[in-house]
Amino acid sequence: MEEETQSGIVKKFLYINRRAPHGTIYAHEALETVLIGAAFEQDVTLVFIDDGVFQLKKNQDTSEIGTKNFSKTYAALEDMDVEKLYVEKKSLEQRGLTQDDLSVDVKIISSDQIKKLINESEVILNF
Amino acid sequence: MLHTINKSPFEKNSLQTCLRVAPDKSNILLIEDGVYAALKNTDFEKNILEGQKIHKFYVLEPDLKARGLDIKSLIPNIDIIDYKGFVKLTVENSRVQNWL
Amino acid sequence: MTIEVNGKTLETDEEGYLANLNDWEKEVASVMAEAEDLELGDDHWEIINFLREYYEEYQIAPAVRVLTKAVGKKLGKDKGNSKYLYELFPYGPAKQACKFAGLPKPTGCV
Repeated sequence: MEEETQSGIVKKFLYINRRAPHGTIYAHEALETVLIGAAFEQDVTLVFIDDGVFQLKKNQDTSEIGTKNFSKTYAALEDMDVEKLYVEKKSLEQRGLTQDDLSVDVKIISSDQIKKLINESEVILNF
Repeated sequence: MLHTINKSPFEKNSLQTCLRVAPDKSNILLIEDGVYAALKNTDFEKNILEGQKIHKFYVLEPDLKARGLDIKSLIPNIDIIDYKGFVKLTVENSRVQNWL
Repeated sequence: MTIEVNGKTLETDEEGYLANLNDWEKEVASVMAEAEDLELGDDHWEIINFLREYYEEYQIAPAVRVLTKAVGKKLGKDKGNSKYLYELFPYGPAKQACKFAGLPKPTGCV
């Protein structure tokens, strides 16, 4: 239960998501790890770069490939006080995507701003 | 000859290598993360358009749906097929090359 | 582990959570509650149904903190607090309500 999980120490966690969602397990595992970080009430920031931006694509429907549609879970992050979601502008552009293609509210930022996020974080997890 | 590509072109060079060496008039089927190559307005659209001059392209619909890719967002003249169509292609082509 | 519901044998994990979400029916909750000496009333069902809808929408079982927040939003502040939820489910809303609702154990719940 949550009472047992409060460690009292809060660190700035940065999760860097670089993989497309369904071809490999990375994206799903990253999300599971984010949920655990959130349950321990850590300061969580998510960055989506490269194919990671595809994780947030709207209207995913995995019924015909027989896997869990974890794309729906990103919308629940807000309830866990995980509200800092960033997407790299360049990665979106390379893939012909815009904010309208994404299922949740994110901030679209430059590569330089991502540099800053990395610099400011205490724990970085790459997926 | 049927080629399948299951990797995202943004992450692996499977698509580029396949297009470089595939014999003329090949059938190229995009599956799993390979379906991202079928999207319009990406950095790899030109590779597909160039490839369409000599090859026929297919994309697997269940993998498109899983990734939330709408048919309207795809490069024209790529045949969208289901699992049955995949089996049919495999049977019709004497050889299958998987670009893993 | 397994449980018997309506003459069917359903698979669970070692803590009693249903292995297959799709195996769930109302009687599953009743049978699980009975085993823990709890009688389910309308207030319990409201939370169980809420959890099933929450899972359908977000594909996760919420931990207590998230559950109270989400219940508060949907059913009002008087229900969206841990006192209310623990009164209904003494062993913990996540441990009991999620289990009765056929959901997996919430992430981050020890």
